[in-house]
Amino acid sequence: MLNTNDILETINMIKQENLDIRTITMGISLLDCISDDRARLETKIYDKITKSARDLVKTALDLEHTYGIPIINKRVSVTPISLVGADFGPDEYVRLAGVLERAANELGINFIGGFGALVQKGMTRGASALIEAIPEALATTTKVCSSVNVASTKAGINMDAVKRMGEIMRQTAILTQDQDSIGCAKLVVFANIPEDNPFMAGAMHGMGESDTVINVGVSGPGVVASAIKREGYCDFSRLADVIKKTAFKITRVGQLIAYEASRRLNTPYGIIDLSLAPTPAVGDSVAHILENMGLEKCGTHGTTAALAMLNDAVKKGGVMASSHVGGLSGAFIPVSEDAGMISAAECGALTIEKLEAMTAVCSVGLDMIAVPGDTSASTLSGIIADEIAIGVINNKTTAVRLIPVIGKDVGESVEFGGLLGHAPIMPLNKYSSEEFINRGGRIPAPIHSLRN
Amino acid sequence: MKAVITVIGKDSVGIIATVSAECAKFGVNIVDITQSVIQDYFAMIMLVEIDNMSSTFMSFQKELEAVGVQKNLDIRVMHEDIFNTMHRI
Repeated sequence: MLNTNDILETINMIKQENLDIRTITMGISLLDCISDDRARLETKIYDKITKSARDLVKTALDLEHTYGIPIINKRVSVTPISLVGADFGPDEYVRLAGVLERAANELGINFIGGFGALVQKGMTRGASALIEAIPEALATTTKVCSSVNVASTKAGINMDAVKRMGEIMRQTAILTQDQDSIGCAKLVVFANIPEDNPFMAGAMHGMGESDTVINVGVSGPGVVASAIKREGYCDFSRLADVIKKTAFKITRVGQLIAYEASRRLNTPYGIIDLSLAPTPAVGDSVAHILENMGLEKCGTHGTTAALAMLNDAVKKGGVMASSHVGGLSGAFIPVSEDAGMISAAECGALTIEKLEAMTAVCSVGLDMIAVPGDTSASTLSGIIADEIAIGVINNKTTAVRLIPVIGKDVGESVEFGGLLGHAPIMPLNKYSSEEFINRGGRIPAPIHSLRN
Repeated sequence: MKAVITVIGKDSVGIIATVSAECAKFGVNIVDITQSVIQDYFAMIMLVEIDNMSSTFMSFQKELEAVGVQKNLDIRVMHEDIFNTMHRI
């Protein structure tokens, strides 16, 4: 029989420490929907999504009951829409976003990702039109998420795209200003975008994927924070061990759910994304893990080292627990979605410069950071360029999801509600990046030897 | 298929009787029980066989949860595999 302590430990993780499956995301290829007849394309997309993911929500609910573990989000990711629309104009892309929204509503899912483009080296006419359509598409839908990959380690940084995305981010903020610029929470700019990421807003179904696939994102910062707290004072070798063991257990649950979801939905199992994804709930914070390691406040000196160790130990523990790992896999640091980050930002311990340093050692990047509403497009592009450069040079994924909250300034805060949480507006450097951003062209791909 | 029923809460008379009666009602066979009382707190773990259940897993689960609410106990029914995968390599 199972060990009593093990059973109680699992139940405690779920009940007290917010262990959950963050998302089951079904990736759906839309390449077979391509048609030169607009109406036919829209119908085919709607039909393919609603048919492929028909049982997704129901299956997730069944799994939730059977295994007694909450499954927070059910999502769909699709082939980057710029590849499906190709020669569309911006208006037609906005209409396609509407089709995705309708399909998402029909399925009852939380989000649909993939309204995006891959422009790391250059921009096709279709990709350019899609990017043009992003602000209106995000303002007129609630579930559609957009991601644009502007750089890769192999291609370098497309600085024209970086410049454009600063403008698009600003326009999106303006178009959704009556809702505190919430549209920007659904827009991410990437370097080295993964093709199998189940997390939003950056999920898309890559070109090398099968027709449909199930990817699962685990969570559990609360479980890791509690395990570290329980362990008490110990050295770093021991600490890494505690994190690895915990990450292993969390990931095993993800593996079970992914395997079962894939079997029940008759869809191939893709990957587990080993991420520590926080929520604004008390006891579900990545910042609190770092603070439990001995930092007075997240953001102080030592934070980058603590996060580097956490991220590495989570991967080491998780990799053994799952047969296929992918996506973003690491600790997320979305400011507004993490109670500890919010508190650290409010008291001034956590600044955007420190967050940038932290992204060099963890998953994703500058995430859910509210910045002053009067931030210029070129400053936004400057922030994007910095973050993307970290990813390109270090051969990792980085991303930027900033919210320039129109009408608000430093000292004020913004409430997004639900899983998106709330955030103080963070101050930015006041000096201009405009001339730099206006140069255009590409920053060449980095050299892969002489690594320093 | 086996499930694990866990009952956690303040100790009182008849907890096992109540849960066992529900199992019998649903045609659920009890395979093993362990229980302990730590400082007034009662923790019972029951391994049950649910293949010949007379109703759905979800309705059994709901019924036991309702009993838990009535008696001020936290009662959960979970497929045994979540524990097996998490704690056994």
